[in-house]
This record gives sequence, C-alpha cells and structure tokens, in this order.
Amino acid sequence: MNALGHAIGLTVNGQPVSAQVHPATRLSAVLRDSLGLTGTKIGCDAGDCGACTVLLDGEAVCACLVPAASAQGRSVRTVEGLGGDTLSALQAAFLSHGAAQCGICTPGLLVAATALLERNPKPDEAAVQDALGGVLCRCTGYRKIIAAVMDAWRFADGSPHDARLPGSGHAVGASPVRLDGIPKVTGGEKFGADSFPADALALLVVRSPHHHARFAFGDLAAYRRDTPGVAAVFTAADIPGVNCFGVIAPFADQPALAENLARFRGEAVALIAVEPGYVAAVDPAAFPVTWTELPHTLTPAEAQAPGRDLLHPSRAGNLLTAGSVSRGDPEGALAGSAFVASGRIETSYVEHAYIEPEAGFARMEGDTLVVTACTQAPYMDRDETAKVLGLAPDKVRIVPTATGGGFGSKLDVSLQPLIGLVALKTGRPAALAYTRTASMQSTTKRHPASMAASIGADAEGRVTGMVFDGDFNTGAYASWGPTVANRVPVHASGPYATPNYRATGRAIHTNGPISGAFRGFGVPQAAIMQETLYDELAEKSGLDRLEFRMKNALRNGSETVTGQHLASGVGIADCLEALKPAWTRALAEAEAFNASATLTRRGVGIASCWYGCGNTSLPNPSTIKLGLSPAGDVVLHQGAVDIGQGSNTVIAQIAADALGLPLAAVRLRGADTAMTPDAGKTSASRQTFVSGKAAEKAARALRESILRFANVSGGATLGLDGGTLVIAEGEATRRIELASLPADLDGLVFMAEETYDPPTTPLDENGQGSPYAVYGYGAQIAELEVDMRLGTVSLLKITAAHDVGRAINPLLAEGQIEGGIAQGIGMALMEEYIPGRTENLHDYLIPTIGDVPPVESILVEVPDPEGPFGAKGLGEHVLIPTAPAILNAIRHATGALVTKIPATPSRVLAAIRAKEAG
Amino acid sequence: MSRYAKPTSLDEALTLLGDASWRMLAGGTDFYPAQGTRPLTGNILDLNGLDALRGIADTASHVVIGARTTWTELLRHPLPPAFDALKQAAREVGSVQIQNMASIAGNLCNASPAADGVPPLIVLDAEVELRSIRGSRVLPLGDFILGNRKTALLSNELVTAIRVPKNSTHGTSAFVKLGARRYLVISIAMAAARIELAGDGSIASAAIAVGSCSAVAQRLAGLEAALVGQKPGPDIERAVAEADLAALTPIDDVRGTAEYRRAAAREIVLRALAQASAPSGQSVAA
Repeated sequence: MNALGHAIGLTVNGQPVSAQVHPATRLSAVLRDSLGLTGTKIGCDAGDCGACTVLLDGEAVCACLVPAASAQGRSVRTVEGLGGDTLSALQAAFLSHGAAQCGICTPGLLVAATALLERNPKPDEAAVQDALGGVLCRCTGYRKIIAAVMDAWRFADGSPHDARLPGSGHAVGASPVRLDGIPKVTGGEKFGADSFPADALALLVVRSPHHHARFAFGDLAAYRRDTPGVAAVFTAADIPGVNCFGVIAPFADQPALAENLARFRGEAVALIAVEPGYVAAVDPAAFPVTWTELPHTLTPAEAQAPGRDLLHPSRAGNLLTAGSVSRGDPEGALAGSAFVASGRIETSYVEHAYIEPEAGFARMEGDTLVVTACTQAPYMDRDETAKVLGLAPDKVRIVPTATGGGFGSKLDVSLQPLIGLVALKTGRPAALAYTRTASMQSTTKRHPASMAASIGADAEGRVTGMVFDGDFNTGAYASWGPTVANRVPVHASGPYATPNYRATGRAIHTNGPISGAFRGFGVPQAAIMQETLYDELAEKSGLDRLEFRMKNALRNGSETVTGQHLASGVGIADCLEALKPAWTRALAEAEAFNASATLTRRGVGIASCWYGCGNTSLPNPSTIKLGLSPAGDVVLHQGAVDIGQGSNTVIAQIAADALGLPLAAVRLRGADTAMTPDAGKTSASRQTFVSGKAAEKAARALRESILRFANVSGGATLGLDGGTLVIAEGEATRRIELASLPADLDGLVFMAEETYDPPTTPLDENGQGSPYAVYGYGAQIAELEVDMRLGTVSLLKITAAHDVGRAINPLLAEGQIEGGIAQGIGMALMEEYIPGRTENLHDYLIPTIGDVPPVESILVEVPDPEGPFGAKGLGEHVLIPTAPAILNAIRHATGALVTKIPATPSRVLAAIRAKEAG
Repeated sequence: MSRYAKPTSLDEALTLLGDASWRMLAGGTDFYPAQGTRPLTGNILDLNGLDALRGIADTASHVVIGARTTWTELLRHPLPPAFDALKQAAREVGSVQIQNMASIAGNLCNASPAADGVPPLIVLDAEVELRSIRGSRVLPLGDFILGNRKTALLSNELVTAIRVPKNSTHGTSAFVKLGARRYLVISIAMAAARIELAGDGSIASAAIAVGSCSAVAQRLAGLEAALVGQKPGPDIERAVAEADLAALTPIDDVRGTAEYRRAAAREIVLRALAQASAPSGQSVAA
C-alpha cells in the first residue's frame, strides 16, 4: 500500500512539515489524516462545496482537488493559521455578526474571505459574493457572512472580548456572541469526522445500486482472506439485536443492514472493516454480492396502482398511514361560497444538504459501547442503537460531537448502529464518515407532495371552508412519515380561521429515498397549496392580498381547525400588520418598474405560517440539570443539542436570568447521555420552548435552594466572586465559600433538575383536540424580477416578520430567519433530488451566496403564557412562508402560477407560455 | 502495478505516454470528482511538473495558450476584446477555487457538453495543438471534441496548447451563461458571440456558438452569414428570431427541457450579440 508513498514536504501555516503519502493523495486528506489539521472540512470531495478551501501560495483552492505532489515545496494556509494565538479581525467579525451557525462551512469561508481581504480590505458586496461563491453554507442564508466580511476592516486582530456579554438579569433579550462560537472560527471545533482514533478500523459500506433488488453474497470468508487490509466483514446475519429501527416505535421497519432485499437505492447491505492505512486501497465495488433487480416504484401514483408489490406486507396499498382533521361541513361551505379557488401543487424530494456528511466512531469502554458522532437526538440514538445491537440502553453511551447541520435528517440514526456493530463485534474502535453520495442516497429527504385543495370565501372575503388532500411520498421506510401525515392536516389551513375544514395527509411507500423529518414536517409543502389559493381568492374577492389574509387571520379567542381555543399569544395579525409598510412600498415599486419594463417583470408575493412547537399530541419532555461548582461556575448540563441554531447560548441565557447570575458564569456541559439528562431531540422547533422552559424551571429551583440554604427571601440578589457565592438582601450580605460545601457526583455543590412536558391533548377521530401548547406565527414578503424570455427569477428582497413571543437572543433569531429563508428559496427555485441522478452537490443545487437577497427581519413579540419568558419556537416556521411567497410573487409578475416546484427557469417559462396561450 | 509519474519536461512526458496507458492529472478538478473515494488505480501521469505548458504567449500568427494555463491566469492576462467572451466564461467556470486550479485544456479534454470554455474558444476559431513522441498535429477545436466526453486525443498524445489565429482576435465578444443559480452551476445553455464591425457600423463578420444544447457546442453558421451587413439593433433581433437553429439538438434533463433550451438558446444568442455590440463596459444579464 505504501509502495508508492512519497515524502511530500510543504509549509503549512508557516511551519515546514512532511507527509508520507501517494503523490496523488488529495491535499485535504494530507492535512487532516497525516497532519491532524481537521479544521479543513470535507463536504463533498468534488469541489462543489468549498468546505476544504485552503490557500496555496496565497490562492484559494479546494484542497480535495489538489494532489499532494502539487503542494510539494509550497506554502499552505488553513483556518488554523488565520489567527494564531488570537483571532484575526475576520474571525472576530464572524463571531460578532453571528456569521457562523453550525460552523462546518466556516473554515472554508474564512479562508476564502482572507484571500479576498488581503487583496481588497474593504470589498463591496459583489466582490464578497464573487470571492465566496464557491463555498456553500446551509445554515446562515449568507447575509451575516457578507456583512462580516465587509465589516472585517473595523475589527482589530486580537483576543476576543465580547462587549455584549450581558450582566446579571439581562441575558434574555441580549445578543451576546454565541457561547460556543470561538472554536467555530478557529477550526478547533470537533465535528463527527474530526476526532477519529488513529487505531480505528475504517468502515466501508456496501450499498444497493438499485431502487429495488434481491441480493446474495458470495464467499465472504474468501473475500476477507484475499483482500489485503480487510479485517472483517459484516452483514445482517451478524446483528445481535433486532435488525429493525425507526424513530416512531410502532412503525419501526428499517433494517440497519438489509436482509436479502434492498428497498431503495443506497440502502446498506454489508460493512467492510479495514485496517488503518488500508482504506484507500479497498474498493467496495469488488465486494462479492450479486443483485437481482426487481420492478420498482418511485411515485405514490405508481405505488398505489392495483397489483403493485407491497414494500411492507402489512401495509395495504403501500399506505404507511394517513392523518386527517375534520370540522364542520366543508363541502356545504364550499358550495355556498361566493368564491372558490381550487388547485393542485406538486413538490419534489428535497435533500437536507448539510455540509457535514454523517460521521463518527464507536469504541468499547468496558462493557459499554461509546458512540461519538454528530446527531440531533442523542437519547433516541442510544435507544435505537441498543435495540439493534441487543444491548441494554445504559450500555450504550452517545457522545454528540459538534453537528455540522441537521435540519431533521440527523434525528434518525444512520451510521450509529453500523459503527457500533463493528466496535461491539471486534472490540476495536470503528470509524466512518459518509461520502457525500452515500449521505445523499441513504439518509432522509423532505417528502415530495402531490396536493389538491379547494378554499371558499364569502362575498366579504371571509374564508368559509377548505378541503385539502395530500399524498406524501414517504419512500421505502417509515422514518417520520407518520408525523408528516399527522402534522399536515393540523396545519394545512394556515394561520387563518377556517370554520369548515377537512384535510387528509397520506404517507405512501415507494422505492424512493426515505422521506423523514425536514424543517417543517410537510407543513412547508402544504403552505404552498394554501397560500397560492389565498392569492387567487383575494383576487376573486377584490381584496388586497395582505388585507385578505389580515381579514382571515387567527386572533386571540379564535378556534383552530382542530377546535383548539387560542386564548392569547396569537401573533399572526401582528406579523401581517408589521409587513404593511414594506408591502405598500414593494407594490408601488413593482408597479412603477413594470410600467416601463417588458423583458423583466417585477412581482411581489406574501405568505404566512403557523407552526405548533413540539410533538403533535404526544409526550415531549425535556429535562435540564444545572448547579454551582466549587470554583464558582454555573454548570449547565445542556442536553438540547446545538446543531447551529444556538441552543447552547439560548438555553444558557434563559437559565442565567431565571437563576439571577450573569451569563458569563455559565459553563456548558454537553449532551453526553452518560452525564446530561435527556432534553429531547432538536426537532419540531421545541428546544427554546420546551428545553428553555425546563431550564427556566431548573434555574428557578436552583435559586430557591440557594436562597433556602442562605435563609434569605426571594428578593435577595446573587453574585459570584470567584469561588465565593455572594448573597445580598437589603443591607445584609452573606458570602458562601463554595469549595467548603460537599460536592455531588457531578461535582456540584448546589444542584437542581427539572422536567417540562408541554400540556397537549390527544386528537379524536375527527382530528379535534389541542395538539400543541404553543404556536409560533410569521409572514414574509418576497420581491423579485422574472426574466420573461428565459424564465429566470432574481430575488430582490425578502421581508420577514416572525412572532417569536420573546426574542431570547435577537441575533440568533435573525440567523434562523435568514437561514430558513435560504432553504425556502432553494425549495422554491432549484432543489430537486432525483435518486440516481442528482446524488452530488453539482447536480443537486442549493442556494449559493449569490442567490439569497437582502433579508429584513422584523421580530414581533406577542408573549406566549406557556413559553419561557414568553418565547415561542422559530426554527421551522421561518422557511414555511418563503416558497409560497416566491410563487405568489412570480404569479404577480407574470400572471402564471408554477404548480410543480422547484420553479426552475424551464418550468417558469413553460408556465408563462401556457398562460400566454390562454 | 500502477505507476505514478510527474515528468518535468515535455519530452519525458511524451516518452512516458508512448510506453503505457495513463490517466492524466492536471488541474484535478475533473480527475478527483471522477475518482470519488475509490482507490487510486491505473497509471497516473501528473502533468503539474510541466511548467512549459503554462502561460500565454504571442507568436507571429497565433495567441498561444499553454495547455496548463488556469482560468485565473487567463483572466489576469491582458488580451484584446475578442477574448472578452472567454474571460467572461472564465469567471463562470465553477468557483474561484476551481478557476485557480483548472486548466483550459482540461476543460476541452473533459469534453462535457456543458464546458463553459468551449463556445468562447470556438468563436475565436481556436485550434488544439497535440503532441506525441512521433510529432505534433493541430486540429480545429470543432474537430477535437467529437462528442459527449469524446475527443480526438490519442492515447499517446498530450494537448500542449490552444492556439487562436491572429486573424480571429479582432472585434468584440461576449458570453452569456444560463444557470439555475448564481455560482458554481452547470449551464442549462450558454452562448458566445464575436463580431467585427465595418466602418459604417454594420456587422462585417460574426461568430456565434451555443453550448449545452447539443453533445458538442455548435457554431451557428447560417445565422453568422445572415448577420453580415446588418446593423446592431432591430435588424439583429430579426435575424436571430428567424435563424434556423437546427444544428442544436438539446435534450430533456434535470436542468431543463429540450423545448426550453431551444427557446433559451435563441434568446441568449441575441443577448450575447447585443452585449458584444454594446459599448464596452455594458453587460447584459442572462
């Protein structure tokens, strides 16, 4: 294997180094594997994402495309070399602007921007976009990145000092630099692939090349014996537990390794464990497996055709499950309506496209299997991995690494049972980082939807009733299909009073990729259906489109389509009201523009959202533990996994104010299942609300116990002076030396732990009940231009008003809004995953830095009585209105509604031509 | 046993090419994506030691672009306005990171129907210089690229240069790319146009090529002929509207339908012509 190894000598960050590698080894692999510089990230190994950008003699290059031999004798600069002992001005600007969320793309952006700033210290926006156009970010929406690069000249190199770190009692509502921010800009953050043990077996996964196929293995023993470097191979026959997992237990149906039958392209069927140093020499294509291709279905219509094979024998008609909500007499209401709008919308598979492919390693510590990997849901990973491997849950420990984006897909286990199996069976550490293609093929997607709906309004423009019917392509296995089928009917009305209503959502199996959780659980698709019909109804009613929505908006005291009485905290009308100035301006500007323009037409669109935070009518608890250490730190066991959205900071802000100690005193302890209680999954926009509420309760309980210990009243103030707790009440001050108190097993001298589970009620057979304790609301305006001869769409601006209840951290809230909008733009205009065709990041397009227009965020604060400090969830809400607002704006500009998304130039032009043809 | 070689002279490289079958490694921007994570097998001829193949030079008859010249080097090299289309394309090849590494010859050898470099080179009447240990030959670019991922390159040959005849370096040019996002995007369609104006402001000659609408980018000879003598403005619009685009044979794919490509091709040709005939500094959006 090392026969071709050459000593490559180069200078990295000013230091001469050398590596013994094949000369054609990618420079990215040399940096990470030979030199241990894991700040350079691998997102695609194809030059499509730019995460591995380094400077080669001062020029930005993708290290994944540079042969090691080309670095011989040259100078390489990586993220680790940007700042040295202190932060560079650019790194400081990134932190200050909130330009890093999950942080996986941050090194590549920082390096590419450094090349720009060294030539042009005060670049304009176009120059920043040109320089960073080759680095993809999936979290931020890029706007804060642009601002940070343009603003970097104002910052000085030096140690980070956060002037915004709030004092005691002022954490909520402040926007300090994110508490976990510094490693994200230095390259020090360890993501799933960044801490593999040197002696770990490397895993290669054998996957189905077919959508549907039987398979049989050849002589595995001979393969193992005759292939240099192969330590072991594993198939389903080696799985000691139940080879069947799934996030919703009653629907669990997915094997960790398929047994004789692959139900989708990319399904894992075998593992090859390779000795360290040999992985580059073993080709999984040589694995002895023979495939017998079977007929397959890729759409619900095909899958429901009579006589089709069932993917799962117990699920007749390939129907996984259906959800419905029914209220009043919708058909009667439509029949009696002055105006009715009806239509159909089709959406596509959408890939999460986080820049970090799934990665992690597993090893045995005594009789405990320790899995160190990126994730959104450590306790669910623990239980699923234990089930597959036949272990008790407490014999599996999940240590979450930093997670380079999730957006729903990293809720499901992916590689955890695989690396766990190998570690368990061999007793050796086992490591695996998915390739981009494996990640795209094998992990979940947003459900493609085929929807039809009719909505009626009376002569005054009041909505009378709605009927909605949606088929959701749930792919080969259940994953979160049931959640989508149930969440969609609850939300398909939008945040509008709809007295007569029936909505049905069906999750239907096909041999397509597994559809699961993706920011919004089907609601973004349904919102396109409803919001485009609302534009048509407004037109028929002769009402302004915003006024029509205002007229029908839910208010305090309204009942939802599930019959839930909303007593207070309903902020949709406030959001629409907040958008009125932008709406009036945008319409006037569009009218003026269109008076003279013909080649391009300007359009303005609006759409709303509502979204229930947390599980639908199911228990959904979070537990938060915190305490004081002898050294005077507030130790927060922060189990609400931060995948970039900011829970490490937000939960700490809530805890600090509820406790009455400064945020600066808070030290985070991670979501390790061996140390930190279960704060549930990072999903359903629940962490700020549910875990935040648990943190508030726990912090108040901790405060209580301290006050009781000190025998003072609730009016006392707390302070920390090193390891001394200072308690003041009136004139009296009491000082407690924390080190003098006995510490518990967690090393805490005061401790509190509280659980919060939001109050909901089950939905009855008509879907009536109170499925969520808290809803969040929002509305967005899209302004754009359509090229009438090419069908291309140029976004000019998005104005977004979101009711967050209380903005715990306004900067992070804006970051969520901008990032959600970017994903909404992708869904509306370019993202379409086709298995076998777009399994990389150059055929599957996500927005680049040049595709997200300026975003004006308006944070509306209508407090919720249930949420911590009045806060509501936000993470998913923010992408729901974007796509329908864009489609409505295209229709406003051209007169044509695109009914199959993404609205690619080809589809937009076809819609314009069809409209012209009448 | 697979071999790796990094020759430092052209003779050495050509000798090696003559005695084995090799995969060429130059800018790496196609080599590594094609490689994926599979083991490195087969013989790899690393061309990155051939400094002689880098850079742009003038001869009496040609502008000679060394095969290893990167898009960034091209952008930074002063060239007459006839090369503006090529420079505009250079800015659209992948990203800055790609432009810093990818070689111009690699774009041709990869022979993608969507190669951004091909239409602007076609309108410059570019030729490809090929060398082997037995000698050299020069092919017009249109004869070098034979089809989707197919070229006339023999296994013992190396592309050493792209040559633009001085006669074709006159006039002004423009490139219009149509993609579904702003950066790092494979073209749905693209057009390059180069025109020379006569003293009276009418078109003396025109060269037009369209990419991503056929297996190999196509010159539109009929339209080129029809434009001669026309003045920029409505006359050009009429000529483009009436042009026979039968040379284009677009396909339906994930990026767009054939019907769309046909309509869009006509439009971007018009825009490329408008941009090429506009006073310098003005650009027309795609």
